[in-house]
Amino acid sequence: MSLLHDAFARAKSENRAALIAYLPAGYPTEDGAVECITAMVEGGVDIVEIGFPYSDPVMDGPTIQDAVNISLEGGTKSATVINTVKRVADLGVPALVMSYWNPIERYGVDSFATDFHAAGGVGVITPDLTPEEADDWILATNSHDVDRVFLVALSSSDERIAKVANATTGFIYAGAVMGVTGARTSISDAIEGLVAKVRRHSDLPVAVGLGVSTPEQAHEIAQYADGVIVGSAFVTAIKKDGAAGAKALAQALSKGLAR
Amino acid sequence: MTANDVVSVPDLRGHFGKFGGRFVPEALMAALDELDEAFRKASVDPSFLKQLRDLQVNYTGRPSPITEAKRFAEHAGGATILLKREDLNHTGSHKINNVLGQGLLTQRMGKTRVIAETGAGQHGVATATVAALLGLECVVYMGEEDTKRQALNVARMKLLGATVVPVTIGSRTLKDAINEAMRDWVANVETTHYMLGTVAGPAPFPEMVRDFHRIIGDESREQMLSRYGRLPDVVAACVGGGSNAIGIFTAFIGDADVRLLGLEAGGDGIETGRHASTIVGGAVGVLHGARSYIMQDDDGQTIESHSISAGLDYPSVGPEHAYLADIGRAEYRSVTDVEAMNAFKLLCETEGIIPAIETAHALAGAIEIGKELGEGAIILINLSGRGDKDVETAAKYFGMNI
Ligand SMILES: Cc1ncc(COP(=O)(O)O)c(C=O)c1O
Repeated sequence: MSLLHDAFARAKSENRAALIAYLPAGYPTEDGAVECITAMVEGGVDIVEIGFPYSDPVMDGPTIQDAVNISLEGGTKSATVINTVKRVADLGVPALVMSYWNPIERYGVDSFATDFHAAGGVGVITPDLTPEEADDWILATNSHDVDRVFLVALSSSDERIAKVANATTGFIYAGAVMGVTGARTSISDAIEGLVAKVRRHSDLPVAVGLGVSTPEQAHEIAQYADGVIVGSAFVTAIKKDGAAGAKALAQALSKGLAR
Repeated sequence: MTANDVVSVPDLRGHFGKFGGRFVPEALMAALDELDEAFRKASVDPSFLKQLRDLQVNYTGRPSPITEAKRFAEHAGGATILLKREDLNHTGSHKINNVLGQGLLTQRMGKTRVIAETGAGQHGVATATVAALLGLECVVYMGEEDTKRQALNVARMKLLGATVVPVTIGSRTLKDAINEAMRDWVANVETTHYMLGTVAGPAPFPEMVRDFHRIIGDESREQMLSRYGRLPDVVAACVGGGSNAIGIFTAFIGDADVRLLGLEAGGDGIETGRHASTIVGGAVGVLHGARSYIMQDDDGQTIESHSISAGLDYPSVGPEHAYLADIGRAEYRSVTDVEAMNAFKLLCETEGIIPAIETAHALAGAIEIGKELGEGAIILINLSGRGDKDVETAAKYFGMNI
């Protein structure tokens, strides 16, 4: 089976949730991102989400917006993202890309799936693409063996959850808050119910993200979800302490993953 | 065949041909479904239609008249130039048509807070106005750059009790204001309706906003027939997101002999790259929830648009316009800042009407096509707004001391 499947299976066998970390390609620089991701993996990150920096990130709060701006101003291009995927895949961890839809459409839907797969990438998360608009994407990802991750939200009806579950491969991304990315002091109780609803429609692993930043929150989520996704907190740690900060945060979060 | 038979109806998922649709976070899908349902129910509910009609007549002051611009026409090849006076609406532009409809829908959905983006400030003012009228809380997002060039409208919104939030990220113009409004909406969707101000965005906005504006064209068509006994040869309007243009076009879409002309903002000129002409100079892409023509680079990053007019300074366009351009039903041209400002001054001095700078783009396009068609042609222009808000920009542009 795939690297992604293996990562969730390994975590499960260790009676814990998998740790999924997000960082935009090119932040703080192209090499710096790879260095930080390497440190994150050393610190215990199981799965890496590489952000495709985009000029209009409507799902992101100020922390990731700033990181993405720095990346774009530093000259990040599509090629930078593919290259970063290759370097992260070479570390032996499952590498995903998280991308708003337009950069993929502009690249060419089939070309992107082809080049992403060739670089060793395993899956792509598309936060502003719903299954209704994804016909071409479903074809391309099927033919190039790329997992496609859609999101469910606290506001999703049962009918929509079923639709998303049907269209998704790899794992299902459950948004923990109604809102944009960024650390929150508390995570809604409703997310546990959402994960339970998803499980009624799918056997895929379910990972929870948006707003998650602390080991305590990770611990809470690990009790009912298969993966914990952390993004903004890594950006903040890197801004403060670089790769060492990223590693320290990964280590701290790892301690929270046990069931 | 009547005009109504040929309105381009989007498919069930809001596609106009290959354009439109919904490219939004899953978290917004439920709200869009709710809005869609409320809109469809209201559209056939006599009590909603009556309430809306009453406001259109007794609050906005509809119908708006058509004024013949005789002295202006001397500069437009002698064609007959007619102005549909949306500038005379309450709040000074066509924008009020849309917000009255969406305001009533907000109430029907049981929501108590509205948010809006604004560029020129006209949509922000209209939203703040309707929020005051209906007792809704109102927050308006406006690019910091635009709060400076449209300071008068910022003051108007504040007087009307709205909170104006200057947006300080990205290009600090309309596109970034929309991003911020979407972020607010995702977080507050339970209590909040997003009053999108143009025919862009995810379905059902393009169709819904069009339907609230189509009264402009419906009235015009009747006024033409009763006063001139014929339809115009050309219907012209400026196109930012495209709401005033689609509003006046819709009634004429089935009239094959009526040319529909949309004028996009050409900024410094298409060839300079500093413009906002997405149909004339853009490429197909996805921005703000819909597939349309957008301004983007090779990596799919949005390119900042440029225009002297804040209301046209937007790097996308409503998907129905993209569709009308593709099937050849409407024609789109680009008008530079200089051409627009010349037309602005000309209307002031020949007709005693100060137009919005947005609208001046339509006037410039009409001068051009008037010269092409010459005497005997009738050109109907949507005079989408008045220029009070632009007095400072114009005075500066023309080097006047005030
Ligand atoms: C007077 C006026 N006309 C036109 C526009 C452009 O918008 P649209 O293309 O949606 O009509 C604006 C936008 O602010 C406006 O204020």
